[in-house]
Amino acid sequence: MSTTVYIPGDAAAVAMGADAVARAVVDQAKARRVDVSIVRNGSRGLFWLEPLLEVLTPQGRIAYGPIAADAVDGLFDAGFLSGKPHSTCLGFTESIPYLKRQERLTFARCGIVDPLSLSDYVSHGGYRGLERALSLTPEAIVEQVTNSGLRGRGGAGFPTGIKWRTVLQTVSDQKYIVCNADEGDSGTFADRMIMEGDPFVLIEGMTIAGIAVGATSGYIYVRSEYPHAFETLKRTVSIAREKGYLGSNVTGSGKSFDLDVRMGAGAYICGEETALLESLEGKRGQIRFKPPLPAVQGLYGKPTVVNNVITLATVPIILDQGAEYYREFGTGRSRGTLTIQLAGNVKHGGLVEKAFGLTLREAIYDFGGGTASGRPLRAIQVGGPLGAYFPESLLDTPLDYEAFAAKKGLVGHGGVVVFDDTVDMAKQGRFAMEFCALESCGKCTPCRIGSTRGVEVIDRIIADQDRTNNLALLDDLCELLTDGSLCALGGLTPYPVLSAVRYFPEDFAKPTPFRPTPAHS
Amino acid sequence: MTSMWNEDRAAVKIRELAHLPGALLPILHALQEEFGYVDKAAIPVIADELNISHAEVHGVISFYRDFRAAPPGRHILKMCRAEACQSMDCDTTIRHVEGRLGVRLGETTEDASFTLEAVYCLGLCALSPAVMLDGKPYGRVSSQIADFLIDSLQRRA
Repeated sequence: MSTTVYIPGDAAAVAMGADAVARAVVDQAKARRVDVSIVRNGSRGLFWLEPLLEVLTPQGRIAYGPIAADAVDGLFDAGFLSGKPHSTCLGFTESIPYLKRQERLTFARCGIVDPLSLSDYVSHGGYRGLERALSLTPEAIVEQVTNSGLRGRGGAGFPTGIKWRTVLQTVSDQKYIVCNADEGDSGTFADRMIMEGDPFVLIEGMTIAGIAVGATSGYIYVRSEYPHAFETLKRTVSIAREKGYLGSNVTGSGKSFDLDVRMGAGAYICGEETALLESLEGKRGQIRFKPPLPAVQGLYGKPTVVNNVITLATVPIILDQGAEYYREFGTGRSRGTLTIQLAGNVKHGGLVEKAFGLTLREAIYDFGGGTASGRPLRAIQVGGPLGAYFPESLLDTPLDYEAFAAKKGLVGHGGVVVFDDTVDMAKQGRFAMEFCALESCGKCTPCRIGSTRGVEVIDRIIADQDRTNNLALLDDLCELLTDGSLCALGGLTPYPVLSAVRYFPEDFAKPTPFRPTPAHS
Repeated sequence: MTSMWNEDRAAVKIRELAHLPGALLPILHALQEEFGYVDKAAIPVIADELNISHAEVHGVISFYRDFRAAPPGRHILKMCRAEACQSMDCDTTIRHVEGRLGVRLGETTEDASFTLEAVYCLGLCALSPAVMLDGKPYGRVSSQIADFLIDSLQRRA
């Protein structure tokens, strides 16, 4: 009898040596003449425990971690194949408190199934959402998504059903579904985990979207920094096509929908939906004026749904379990679950899927266990490089769209980056401007020029040159960026800059200036 | 391992992909995968094949950080300098590697063994600082671990 051992193939697990662990397990099994079959699953999202190895026992899956390749010998000696104790044994995976306390809807299968196995996907509830969708009218599918309260998880939080309705109601000979998988925000990895750990759920979500709005063609635009996700998607799209889940006759329904996977090229701005469309068309990733909205004139001028990975990957469970089931999670106008990503200087970094409403403090301390360095926490940046820096005093802010907006912050894609007390907030504010300058597409002047001027002004503030006037100038420049930029890059860069000045003024008033790291391209 | 620029092989690659809608990025990626960079000799060939101007092709190549105009070193080390990695002091690791290899981010060593590149997020933010070496991801990369990675490649060379 073969024993199944799970060793994640997720890029983060690989980054901690999972490939070497897998090789060691194969070697040991061969040397000891035991029959082991290895599944390279996705990550459970408990990254401080990676590589996290699991063994399937009659009682359930038992976890061991973190495992180094040279510890595999000892694991075999201890009898891990029958779930025996070892110093790294964590007990039943499902009982690990970090995981047990979550509400995994979008991530229900991630880390559990073999990402490349369609039959594994189907036997874990996959494609039930599509089956249900195929029994509904397009209007009824859109209504389900609208009633679920699902909002765009990419950052903007726009109601998904409304976007879909616009595309459905726009008459055109061709429509598109575009998945924005250009997850460029630092502190985020939820999209990557789904693409590597449960790619079929994204393919199913896009297929449902296509059938709902009458689109027959779709693209997944994956950033080039995610080569593993790109490969996994390429392979799984082929598998879905071979098995009739994509193509001219989706599961024999007579409906047509097919997908192509494309790779970005290292431009953060292509996470902005119109720049992404330009890039897909083979052009410079420069943003477009809105209106017209992509829902009316998107890819190649045709009506296009552009949604983030998590948004689309959440659609199957909404169709499967119903809108009511999904909207019971959450609070106020933030319905369903948020995939919080704990990152940076945090002890237990990873993915926490919970109903909206968890406070930052609960996320960082109850799940994250505080800072990785053990030093006092000083600042948190939520929502990527365009998100505000919050001080300790705002830790009780609940993670929902409205609560964050009220504090001049943004939940964005749910990334939470923790900094300890060694952080220099003037340096962070400066970096926000530097990043904007580096990534600006150049279309509008406030962003293109303003960001460079912003770096210079902050340099003068740090160097204590006419500080009061330069702080006023920075304020003025930020107002211009906010009001005058065409998209969120220029428009939101003032969030991290001004929050750094507002909550950490002492860092902008130091007598000894730091030496800024020169910009690199 | 990438190979030397070859006009004929490049033309084959370009023609293979030219039928795709929005073919330019897939073409540029294919050329870079083959040769390690996009030689400027490819510009007129691509422009011809896609029926766009030389300026448009050049504009796209120069817009995206990924596309290199010159051959890189034998090994490519991409070091993340985005916020999550900053919070775990990636700057120290970066300065250490720059000092050891004698080049700055964005440069190639004189012996063409290493190209150092800045990257803004590898999606390994719970395991900062993160790097990618020849396409392989690594987490929790202190100066010591960076040394170990570079040593193991230099020993092999």
